Amino acid sequence: MKALVSVKRVIDYNVRIQVKPDGSGVVTDGVKHSVNPFDEIAMEEAVRLKEKGKVTEIIAVTVGGAKCEETLRTALAFGADRAVHVKVDEEIQSLTAAQALAAVFKKEGTEIFFLGKQAIDDDAAQTGQMVAALLDLPQATFASKVEIDGGKATVTREVDAGLETLEIDLPAIITTDLRLNEPRYLKLPDIMKAKKKPIEVVSLADLGVTAAAALKRVKVATPPKRSKGVMVKTVDELVTALKGKGLI
Amino acid sequence: MSKILVIGQQAEGKLNSGIAKVVNAAKAIGGEIHVVVFAADGSAAAAQAAAIDGVTKVIQIDRAENDHGLAVIVEPQIVALAKTGYSHVFAAGTTFGKDLLPRVAAKLGVQQVSDIMAVHGATSFDRPIYAGNAILTVEAPAEPCVVATIRLASFQAAGDAAAAAPIEKQTLDVTLPTHTRFVKLEAQKSERPELQSANRVVSGGRALASSENFSIIYSLADKLKAGVGASRAAVDSGYVPNDMQVGQTGKIIAPELYFAIGISGAIQHLAGIKDARTIVAINKDPEAPIFEVADYGLVGDLFTLVPELESKV
Repeated sequence: MKALVSVKRVIDYNVRIQVKPDGSGVVTDGVKHSVNPFDEIAMEEAVRLKEKGKVTEIIAVTVGGAKCEETLRTALAFGADRAVHVKVDEEIQSLTAAQALAAVFKKEGTEIFFLGKQAIDDDAAQTGQMVAALLDLPQATFASKVEIDGGKATVTREVDAGLETLEIDLPAIITTDLRLNEPRYLKLPDIMKAKKKPIEVVSLADLGVTAAAALKRVKVATPPKRSKGVMVKTVDELVTALKGKGLI
Repeated sequence: MSKILVIGQQAEGKLNSGIAKVVNAAKAIGGEIHVVVFAADGSAAAAQAAAIDGVTKVIQIDRAENDHGLAVIVEPQIVALAKTGYSHVFAAGTTFGKDLLPRVAAKLGVQQVSDIMAVHGATSFDRPIYAGNAILTVEAPAEPCVVATIRLASFQAAGDAAAAAPIEKQTLDVTLPTHTRFVKLEAQKSERPELQSANRVVSGGRALASSENFSIIYSLADKLKAGVGASRAAVDSGYVPNDMQVGQTGKIIAPELYFAIGISGAIQHLAGIKDARTIVAINKDPEAPIFEVADYGLVGDLFTLVPELESKV
């Protein structure tokens, strides 16, 4: 069984975001980027399934500009066998990314597709579900446990009410949540080996995809800052303050 | 004029408390507002939806397959309805809405607007990006339809209607897939206020150091009639279940009063509490980032301060 894993290049989660003064976006030049943390979890899950013999080949895929090659190299170091780079230089929104990913999924004859549940840049949390809809396939989003058996997957999902378990037929789309696994640390030999693994570069046109109409980004602004409050020294002082405001 | 379809998320005959907030977001656009309830028997939830101010019609679609609200089952029905002339499809930014709505958007061939936090007009919205550290204003194409989830922490609930809206039972001729089967839901049964609608919330973090120690958090919460939340670190460490996580990838909340106890205040956690009216932080580290956003900060050992606080409120 072939597994597809998508990885997105995002600003590293430790970076403090700076909004550009002209409101056109956030500062990305000279800022550390890494693989979207949820996609690392997706990658790790596929590698573990391969180690268990449930998956025979892992293909990593990304949609984006030239710099996304380093993201694919990271995925290859994790254990992907090869990669597909859907090269697009302009900004991509979720539906267009989903169309490209769905096309790669079909072309590769993959049976399972792992994606992070959301990317920590635009926080949209849409792409996996859109891929599933475009392919008319089952989806299990926000996965915290995945078991593959025969032509089925049993997936536990983190939902508002608690934990929901679904049984889905393969092929299927699974989006990964934080507690599914803990991604491994990459070792130098794996990083070296990844440099020799093949990356196929394709365009949206190669995949027969026309970009969907986009949401127009009007402006990006810094949210109003919460002002720093007061430090109290004792519980009594705190209780008096809260009572004074009618909060308790 | 706008004609807005609101997905009336329900479970066990109870309409989700967020739907009144979604209706309020829809009211900011105006026009007709229809709430659609999908259930095996949606009568009770439909009646609750009909009683929300601003709702002009409730559509009740009863079908056995709708019982567990699976995205793959509900999506084709929404798509069929949406094509009957709706300008907008709105859902709550709950795990249900997040799971479901991108499927609808993809089927309708539109980009989705996730987590609307402000409505400027029928097609102009603000939404948070980068864990709420930047706010993006977008203009969505009006055609064929605007598909969006609503960030519940950003909207007040619409009030009660003077007169209930009409409820219309409909049958949709849609073939549903059988490739996805509900197995079970392990839900935490709790008498405490629901985290996302509670006026007061007490959250504990990694510093609680064990599941047993979390009892002081529950105890304070019960005294305050508050909901209970937790940081990601506390959930990851297994002190409390996942549904209590507050933050960028957990629940986004906006209580009147929030207690962050033993929580350092990572940006991912702060993303979940930005809209809390008053934040109280108790932490032994005076340098903890939570104090940068707290209205009241108290430095000290939570194991002595929290029981003392409980005895004095």
